[in-house]
Amino acid sequence: MNWLLVVAGAVVGAPLRYLTDRAVQSRHDSVFPWGTFVVNAAACLLLGGLTGAVLAGAGSSGAVPLLGTGLCGALSTYSTFSYETLRLAERGWKFLAVANVLGSVLVGLGAVHLGSQVARQLFA
Amino acid sequence: MTRPVPGGEAIDPDVDLHVPAQRAEPQGRVLAAIAAGGALGASARFGVGLLWPAGPGAFPWATFWINVSGCALIGVLMVLISEGGRSAPHPLVRPFLGVGVLGGFTTFSTYAVEFSGLLDAGRAQVALAYAGLTVAAALGAVWAAASVTRLVAGSAVRPAPGRPGGRGRG
Repeated sequence: MNWLLVVAGAVVGAPLRYLTDRAVQSRHDSVFPWGTFVVNAAACLLLGGLTGAVLAGAGSSGAVPLLGTGLCGALSTYSTFSYETLRLAERGWKFLAVANVLGSVLVGLGAVHLGSQVARQLFA
Repeated sequence: MTRPVPGGEAIDPDVDLHVPAQRAEPQGRVLAAIAAGGALGASARFGVGLLWPAGPGAFPWATFWINVSGCALIGVLMVLISEGGRSAPHPLVRPFLGVGVLGGFTTFSTYAVEFSGLLDAGRAQVALAYAGLTVAAALGAVWAAASVTRLVAGSAVRPAPGRPGGRGRG
């Protein structure tokens, strides 16, 4: 049952990542991989919100496999993030590679906290 | 809108809008391949999490190995797709395996939530070790996997001595 919820979330999350990545990449001219950066930050915000809601006692038992493991898990990606960082470094953009790692991790952490705090306020 | 990036292949392996074929609106079959791959990848991640649950305050080894192995696999995949072969791969290979399976298998959001949760639990050392080791191991894995695949694929497709012509970019 939980597995089906994970699949249902991932079937939406993975194409949503691709479409968001495309939409962001078509709107800027730099080599920085803003598409993956934005989609990972958005997934962190959502998963932080879900975690905060669960801690506040809201949400049914199916919310975590559907929205957390499935949707947010498939919406975010570590493989594309690390491959893009490798490409930046290999092509000589060492500063952008470091900025991508530090920026993604710090913004991801901040987004988790923001989502969690907002959800706790909403569902408290 | 987008200028060609000097040096060939773009940074983003999933969306390369400098390739004319990819500037076309995505077709339904591309999105279906991504969704199917994403379902497979997320199912595998869910399975690993069930087999190897992380206790409260403990180092999240399941997510760590999921992300590190997914990064190694995308290093292999991207070299094979973009550099390894003489013929272009099937157009759905990258959406299915790269964007779908590996994108769905690996996760940045769970990594960030686990990092945050360890900090909130007062396990700052474990949190920082987890955050730093994942980044280092993931980058090391994608670099090592891409390098080894380049060596193997490069020697496999290198033309015989004395024959004209070299390998083309796939």
